Amino acid sequence: MTQPSQSKTIWQVIAASSVGTLIEWYDFYIFGSLATVIAEQFFPKTNPTAALLSTLATFAAGFIVRPFGALVFGRLGDLIGRKYTFLLTLILMGGSTFAIGLVPGYATIGFAAPLLVLLLRLLQGLALGGEYGGAATYVAEHAPPHRRGYYTSWIQTTATLGLFISLGVILLTRRSLAPDLETSIQRFNDWGWRIPFWASILLVIVSIYIRLRMNESPLFAKLKSEGKVSVNPLKESFGHKTNLKMVLLALFGATMGQGVVWYTGQFYAQSFLETVCHVDFDQSRTIIIWAILFATPFFVVFGGWSDKIGRKWIMLIGMLLAICSYQYIFKQFLNLTQPAGKTELTEQRRSLGEKTILLPKSKTDSIHLRTWEVHYTDGAVFHEVKQDTLWTDPARAAITKTATVYNEKKLDTAAYRKIVMWMFVLILYVTMVYGPIAAFLVELFPTRIRYTSMSLPYHIGNGVFGGLTPFIATLLTTIYVSDKLSGLWYTIIIGAVCFFIGAVYISNRVDPDVND
Amino acid sequence: MNQLKKWLGIVWMLLGPVAIYYLIKTAAAEISKNPVTNTIIQWAVFVIIFIPIAIGLIIFGYYAFKGEYDRLPENSTEI
Repeated sequence: MTQPSQSKTIWQVIAASSVGTLIEWYDFYIFGSLATVIAEQFFPKTNPTAALLSTLATFAAGFIVRPFGALVFGRLGDLIGRKYTFLLTLILMGGSTFAIGLVPGYATIGFAAPLLVLLLRLLQGLALGGEYGGAATYVAEHAPPHRRGYYTSWIQTTATLGLFISLGVILLTRRSLAPDLETSIQRFNDWGWRIPFWASILLVIVSIYIRLRMNESPLFAKLKSEGKVSVNPLKESFGHKTNLKMVLLALFGATMGQGVVWYTGQFYAQSFLETVCHVDFDQSRTIIIWAILFATPFFVVFGGWSDKIGRKWIMLIGMLLAICSYQYIFKQFLNLTQPAGKTELTEQRRSLGEKTILLPKSKTDSIHLRTWEVHYTDGAVFHEVKQDTLWTDPARAAITKTATVYNEKKLDTAAYRKIVMWMFVLILYVTMVYGPIAAFLVELFPTRIRYTSMSLPYHIGNGVFGGLTPFIATLLTTIYVSDKLSGLWYTIIIGAVCFFIGAVYISNRVDPDVND
Repeated sequence: MNQLKKWLGIVWMLLGPVAIYYLIKTAAAEISKNPVTNTIIQWAVFVIIFIPIAIGLIIFGYYAFKGEYDRLPENSTEI
């Protein structure tokens, strides 16, 4: 069926596929969005950095395992069909997410806690690896040829909307557990963080019901009735040079760069605001929420546009704009969150207390911290922390100066709006590289091995290159400490190589026929 | 254009080993700087994951050099 009989059919297909994919992304993101809270619950608290890195590593593990999910479920999808395969991935994802919400903390069951979380996180990654290729293939195989980019772009919006919903649910839960905000946040950090995980099971049940009512993809059903289904999709996809070369081209010329642009725009930017610029938890999330809200329609705009002018240059121009402007945009984030140039309302300065903590790996040396709430004339409110290192060695004590840092920054309205605007630009780049890519990948491969062939480059590009972006970027900033923007070099280099390969080797032709 | 594709194939073939060398060198330096389990696991994961991808880049370069991308398939009978 190349031309659907009614437009109603395609919208039902899009709705059923998108809702499931949206839930899978929601499930996947709540873990990442709660990384710092989860670190406190499941990893030893002796070293906060190690705990955070461990969580990020677990986060990365969820991404790294995605290509394996692509192989396992891609093969199944090409053997038994699209419909039942992505039903299975949905059940696996929903079950793992719900179970994460049930795991007791490290304080209760010791190392079994992080191990269980890691295992469930791996299952999530595996399920996600199987989901996307199925949904994109399913929609593309129902869509008319001249609107394939437009219809598949609705699936593309789910990845961003999943983040939007996860952030919304987290913020809402964080504020609803007690009448006053402070107690509510305390309860959220203690046990309330589990609610977004439990909420997933309701969404999954609804989605399973919807998907059970769907029919198999008409192209796959036709292949099956003709006995032309692939016997060994893995061998056909990666064992034959003619298909392998297209898999490699899809990875190095498109998905690799698309992955890093996506994860820099949506995830590293959020992490940068929170851990480098020290913007307040709620504000750093609402900034992303506003930016996503304004930018999401552009997935459909660029997807639809790609039907008219081709997929290649929309994706590559998005990539080029991103790698050329990242340094400038992230520099703006730094400038807009600095206290320099602000005028303090000194009469409103309020002490929030002081404490002394031992330095890691030391039994005698400690840090004395004094914290104030500082109000500025423009409406911004920062926490000012003065750090004095108390050395027992008088020689070291003599040369140590008081360090002043600012954190939990509540930005003034003008700075907040400017950051939302820059964040919108970052996500606009995401819509350019990501909007047309489902149609692009579907058109590269034949029906009988499409699920397997498109899933692997997609998940290596997004799961490995993209998923590791926040982790590698953070790591780079710990190696090159003097340059706060050093984390961006990973994205810029990978994006530049991908842009070059894509520009030289990829064709801009829109395949009129995906029935073959 | 096809000549450019071919000669760039050599660049991709060389970029693969360079990436592997840089990755292992950085991993070794970072592990020796801070030889704790966390660091070892992080860098081991990077090395294990990125080496096969770098080999993929070498194969991509080889195909490009052999002219496999001079003309891309236009329908599934060519795949």
